[in-house]
Amino acid sequence: MHDLSARGTESFVERSKGTVIVTTLASDSHTWNLVFLQVLIEECGYDVVNLGPCVPDELLVSECRDRNPEMIVISSVNGHGYQDGMRVIGQLRDAAPLAATPIVIGGKLGTDGGEGASRTHELMAAGFDAVFEDGQDPIAAFHAFLATLPSEPRRQAVEAADHARVSA
Amino acid sequence: MSELTAVREGRPAGPAPVDFGEFVRREGGNGRLVVQPRMGFGDPGRMRTGLVATKAADAATVGTLTLDSYTRVGNLEAVETALRDGIDLNGYPVVSHPAETTAAVLDGVRDQTFPVQVRHGSATPIDIFRAMMRLNLNATEGGPVSYCLPYGRTPLADAIRNWEDCCDLYVRMQDVGIEPHLETFGGCMLGQLCPPSQLVAISFLEAMFFAQRGLRSISMSYAQQTDPVQDREAVTALRRLSAEMLPVANWHVVIYAYMGVYPETDHGAYGLLASAARLAVTTGAERLIVKTAAEARRIPTIAENVQALEYASDTALRTGRGRDDTFTDSPTYQEARALVEAVLNLDDDLGRALLKAFRHGYLDVPYCVHPDNAGRARSYIDSGGRLRWADTGKLPIAGIAERGPSRKIGSADLMNDLFHVRCKFDAGPRELDPASPELIRGRAAVGSRPKEYTA
Ligand code: B12
Repeated sequence: MHDLSARGTESFVERSKGTVIVTTLASDSHTWNLVFLQVLIEECGYDVVNLGPCVPDELLVSECRDRNPEMIVISSVNGHGYQDGMRVIGQLRDAAPLAATPIVIGGKLGTDGGEGASRTHELMAAGFDAVFEDGQDPIAAFHAFLATLPSEPRRQAVEAADHARVSA
Repeated sequence: MSELTAVREGRPAGPAPVDFGEFVRREGGNGRLVVQPRMGFGDPGRMRTGLVATKAADAATVGTLTLDSYTRVGNLEAVETALRDGIDLNGYPVVSHPAETTAAVLDGVRDQTFPVQVRHGSATPIDIFRAMMRLNLNATEGGPVSYCLPYGRTPLADAIRNWEDCCDLYVRMQDVGIEPHLETFGGCMLGQLCPPSQLVAISFLEAMFFAQRGLRSISMSYAQQTDPVQDREAVTALRRLSAEMLPVANWHVVIYAYMGVYPETDHGAYGLLASAARLAVTTGAERLIVKTAAEARRIPTIAENVQALEYASDTALRTGRGRDDTFTDSPTYQEARALVEAVLNLDDDLGRALLKAFRHGYLDVPYCVHPDNAGRARSYIDSGGRLRWADTGKLPIAGIAERGPSRKIGSADLMNDLFHVRCKFDAGPRELDPASPELIRGRAAVGSRPKEYTA
């Protein structure tokens, strides 16, 4: 998928907080939400890998396993997010390095505008760390969640000690 | 199941279904508008109730079966799971429900006065076409480009081949006396931020593709964008190109009410819908697909759909004038024509021409992440509200394109542009124009609960 990174154009030096995967689920073709989240998360200091639309379960699991990111952010707005999310979360948790990785989901997860949201409980019980449904100021809540994450990448010690990132 | 056997045996059961294109051309145009919902429910009972309500609405209507996302991507297992566990689908799973069930949904509703169209968004649609044809459903929508780039990961070359095969299959309905109709989705693409000239060009080129595969009843779409004048230029350009070059007589234009981030307030949503209805009548478009007050949040109810249909139809009638030709020659026409000619010159075969066009960057949809899109073109909304090119990449419109001063689009700019239309209409006059409350019958906007239909 093409990279729409907004940071690519500016030139600055900054310590990255690590990589975040932004993705949607197998049945969902919407991409503006992904672009939106990519930009938002980059502005919080992370590198973002955006997997694009209609990500098949196997690709989702293999990308997440291989990249072992700081966090996985799943967005779905087509109304099938609950069903698709319930299906993949177990597969993600079972992939070796992802058992404790923060995995969150948000957007328009059912076809009902989030009004009868018993979904949140079920998704959390199934293994998500947070659920951000529309109608409950999801962006503010998401920022609050980001603030609880460590500000250094987990694997920083393993990688180059001081990896100042230059993007130009 | 006599209908089914009849199609298998190659003859229509009873009277052939009406040609969608001919029907719309008769009922719409010259100041009149055929209105249509984007409606689809997983439950057959609710789907039927929705069709019945659409037909009964106080407006000239046609019906819609919008298919769910699992059917679009061919994940029929997930459809089964949803149906079994009682999870709502975002559309009607026409491939999974037995043909008998869908025949019962349509029975007595679809007739010579009420054609029904199938809308989906699949780059691999052969099963959908087969299911439709088993049911004598002879109106649908799509395109090799527009049902590919905005809808997933299928390579463009595969989507083109699939759509060629499907068209070849679909036109066989002509052999049994049924006229198949196909509408381009190319006038929408990602729903927002694609400059109108390119929407016109892609919509028109997909119509040429359909015509080349033998379709004789075609409609071209155009989705309302950010500026009413530019939109009128665009629709006029689409009509002019079609009149000049499309080798088919039975065509019409369909307008989509705004397909990007929709206003959240009732007054904003209806204001935008009214503006789409006025765009349609003043450009001579024959048909309008509406959006509802629930658009920004969730799948609309049947009642919300009916209110939107009636409101749009009444607004069109009140506009009180038909098409005017003020915008016959415009920068939008010049750009669209340059794009169309450049693509047509690439190859006599439209499928190959479209593939080459994307490889060369002669067509390039801003912010589309599909790997077969060049991804160099960028757009922005100028201070007057017009949608312009910020970067034309390799588009063959140098010297013709309407460009502002060259500029970089940062993240804040992109977000402002995405939410521009929503903000404008939500901030607009809180009061609907005096006639509106009575038009939006029984709606929350005038205090009472909307009437609901139960399946
Ligand atoms: C543009 C659009 C399209 C384009 C998409 C092009 C593309 N490649 O992106 C097209 C026309 C192709 C399209 C197709 C469809 N669409 Co659409 N689409 C929209 C529309 C109009 C705007 C979406 C948009 O661009 N938003 C801008 C981005 C930046 O914001 P957002 O996606 O709304 O996300 C916000 C929040 O949800 C939140 N958020 C989202 N994810 C996450 C995740 C986290 C972690 C957090 C914290 C927050 C968060 O942040 C964002 C900013 O506030 C919306 C309605 C609307 N919003 O007005 C419908 C809408 C999303 N579509 C919808 C549907 C159903 C479809 C279709 C299935 C067709 C259909 N049946 O109507 C197909 C999809 C097929 C498929 N396989 O999935 C429904 C979903 C209904 C529901 N959930 O109940 C909507 C709501 C319209 C409606 N009311 O029916 N669509």
